[in-house]
Amino acid sequence: MRVNLTVNGQPRSDEIEPRLLLVHYLRDVAGLTGTHVGCESTLCGACTVLLDGKAVKSCTVLAVQADGASVTTVEGLAKDGKFHPIQDGFWEEHGLQCGYCTPGMMMAAVDLLSRTTNPSEDEIRHALEGNLCRCTGYQHIIKAVQYAAEKMRAAAGR
Amino acid sequence: MAVVPKFVGERIKRREDPRLISGTATYVDDVRLPGTLSAVVLRSPYAHARINSINVDAARSAPGVVAVLTGADLKDKVGGIPCVAPAEHIPFHPLLAQGKVRFVGESVAVVVASDAYKAQDAADLIEVDYDSLDAVSDPEKALEDGAPILHEEFGTNLVTRALVPNPAVDEAIAKADKVIKFRIVNQRLAPVPMEPRGALADWHQALGHLTVWTSTQIPHLLRSALAAVLGLPENRVRVIAPEVGGGFGAKLNFYREEALVGYLSRMLGKPVKWIERRRENLATTTHGRGQITYLEVPVKNDGTVLGIKAKFICDMGAYLQLLTPAIPGFSGLMMTGCYKIPAMSFEQVMVFTNKMATDAYRGAGRPEAAYIAERTMDMVAGELGLDPVEVRRRNFIPKDAFPYTTCAGLVYDSGDYNAALNKALEIVDYPKMRAEQAEALKHGRYIGIGIASYVEICGIGPSAMLPPKVPGWESATVRMEPDSRVTVLTGISPHGQGQETTFAQMAADAFGIDIDDVTVVHGDTAIVQYGVGTFGSRGLSVGGAALMMSVGKVQDKLKKIASTMMEAPPDQLTFTNRTVALKSDASKSIPLQAVVDAAYGWKMPIPGMEPGLDATSVFEPTGCTFPFGTHISVVEIDPDTGVVKFLSYVAVDDCGNIISPLLVAGQVHGGIAQGIAQALYEEVVYDENGQLITATLMDYAAPRAQMLPRYELAHTVTPSPLNPMGVKGVGEAGTIGSTPCVVNAVMDALKPLGVRHIDMPLRPEKLWRAIKDAKKA
Repeated sequence: MRVNLTVNGQPRSDEIEPRLLLVHYLRDVAGLTGTHVGCESTLCGACTVLLDGKAVKSCTVLAVQADGASVTTVEGLAKDGKFHPIQDGFWEEHGLQCGYCTPGMMMAAVDLLSRTTNPSEDEIRHALEGNLCRCTGYQHIIKAVQYAAEKMRAAAGR
Repeated sequence: MAVVPKFVGERIKRREDPRLISGTATYVDDVRLPGTLSAVVLRSPYAHARINSINVDAARSAPGVVAVLTGADLKDKVGGIPCVAPAEHIPFHPLLAQGKVRFVGESVAVVVASDAYKAQDAADLIEVDYDSLDAVSDPEKALEDGAPILHEEFGTNLVTRALVPNPAVDEAIAKADKVIKFRIVNQRLAPVPMEPRGALADWHQALGHLTVWTSTQIPHLLRSALAAVLGLPENRVRVIAPEVGGGFGAKLNFYREEALVGYLSRMLGKPVKWIERRRENLATTTHGRGQITYLEVPVKNDGTVLGIKAKFICDMGAYLQLLTPAIPGFSGLMMTGCYKIPAMSFEQVMVFTNKMATDAYRGAGRPEAAYIAERTMDMVAGELGLDPVEVRRRNFIPKDAFPYTTCAGLVYDSGDYNAALNKALEIVDYPKMRAEQAEALKHGRYIGIGIASYVEICGIGPSAMLPPKVPGWESATVRMEPDSRVTVLTGISPHGQGQETTFAQMAADAFGIDIDDVTVVHGDTAIVQYGVGTFGSRGLSVGGAALMMSVGKVQDKLKKIASTMMEAPPDQLTFTNRTVALKSDASKSIPLQAVVDAAYGWKMPIPGMEPGLDATSVFEPTGCTFPFGTHISVVEIDPDTGVVKFLSYVAVDDCGNIISPLLVAGQVHGGIAQGIAQALYEEVVYDENGQLITATLMDYAAPRAQMLPRYELAHTVTPSPLNPMGVKGVGEAGTIGSTPCVVNAVMDALKPLGVRHIDMPLRPEKLWRAIKDAKKA
């Protein structure tokens, strides 16, 4: 089957098996290995990407379901050689250790920050409940998201 | 040129992070080799069954399939998975089941195809004819008469029995004011690294050389084991631990699939990759804990503990992995905690069950010990009507007693247990908190305050304390390159801990250069000298000590050369701001680069000195380090739902000197999270037939962000005398302190209801029942 979609701003057209999962499409067809597979069952969030701006678990979305859509992965976060504020936040606040959950965690956080500019700690914890991290105990992840929120508010002049 | 700052002790952002936050890091599954084939393993749905026949015809002819192997195809062609710890009964541990399966998930066949989807399709076509056998999943039932026997050749499910007797304990029991008896369980846990296991093997026929990328904590030890199992010379095997997405002890091992992909790549002449799925991870990656302990604790009425006598039943699972029977020993040896308990004795009975093997999981035997010690202190306080703080103080090893030899024969390096306890009590304002608790109870609110003063054992050495093939030493090479940049090759294999940062901090300060001028390399046996790996909180205390040995050697050479150029004795020179300078007058200096140029030049300034600037060292610890601390949590139990809510969590940890405060905080946070998870949420559940119930992350309750509290951290600093940095290790401390701390808090909350003990995990349903039953009574 042919799918046409935009990945990190680049239009793509590929012939794929109908059963191919979006995460495998991104990793094996588009060659973007920054999105990780952690559970193949929507439970860990390592594979989270933005599908038309909304966070989805790409291990349980078929690539054909993304036909015509726009997908953003971790590789699409930085712009003009500069890290996105969420990337800066994770780096600055030690929001990662092994790094495996990090791309998905950042994409879920970007989704949150697109909906609310100044989330409370509880809102952040709730928004990230679909994303497991086994290393950090989450505290530095919360701080990373708060750091990004503040930078993004400052940049938007709010 | 700008002044070069100092890095040790500062808040330094990690060197590892740019690749990880940009999605450009390379984990095993991200390694792409042309023509790679995918392997999928067919696994047993039975806990215990005889295999009558396996029909692979349909699978072999399925589209894209290159090979299908069963146990029969491997018989006598490859070795088994090794267990290096001593035990009475060590069964052969095959790569694929030989005639019988002994746990759910045991590998039965492997399919290799052009991609993983096709390999899975074909695996579904394999027909296995099983005769189901009775299974035993309860370790206490496994030794009963008539229990199903896993390994017939032994005629018993006993793995081994360990005895550390001491008649003084029985004497103490006879003369005690009171003997407190109880049974506690450290339930089975799954380590759940976010990156499951995975391995990629690439055989080069013309070179007779095998390269294996695998998600491991021990690339060198794994190379040795892999070469032995496959019958290859060790210098023709290269193991690479690329980016590793967490290990927690589960990747301190050597697994069937790592050998299988090596065998298959050699057989097929192509790269073969196997990537574990989460269901496989929960079923076939080692579990941790799994200990039942019966305790007898003789005490005086003033709270003095006179001894501890313990019997452990240890659930080993169906086969023995690398260190399976070695783990419980630490639980026994460390169960007297930070207390001057004059006598202890224990018996450990390790048994086979129809389950995945247990082995190291963050803390590896010491969380169980701390749980025993700290539940004991609260039990003593509860039975005698004393404050748990007072009981701890009464029994603490005093700070002037170090180095202290415990009744188990361990030598604690240094400690000040009261200092950590006092600091934690101060932060929570203990008397005020107790008053609030009493007031809340009047209004029907159940608030509990839990204390755990832990001590643990890290950087285990000398090597004789460990099995010969997992020694306690560590290696490091330091190379100052011709441009005066430094390359560090370390034998440890960090997978999230951050030693690319801490080791760079240390090397940069030692040579007076910028942290950006240091590169730390690890995890590739073709590049790095033989090493041991990352586990047991040893990275800094042992690996860092090896680093400092090599740093010292390169410094000495630089100083000798500079001495001839500066006409000053070597011992009066120091490294600062990219120069070699006089200690007494930093303005009298020469550029470091000039000394490096001389070292690499065509004419060495000192006749007979070898050109170049590198050194390799091995640090053999003379003893173990013993980090300690006090954790205090305040919780409230909702009596209508049994839900535990955290009001505060304070951790005061003493890991000796701190190189990188940001990274220490990260280690403590993550450790606390896993320890709380044991206390409240997680448990690997097998039913009585050995069926795995917690086979997905829906059923296995690894905690999510809203299930954990905010942690407040503080430290006391008691340096270790056993390594040049004075560090103790911090990778497991949080896990060890937090579990008893939280259980003690919950039990404290339920004390007014007469609840004495509930086994972990303290899920709402269990607490709700306990509260309901207590109120009824």
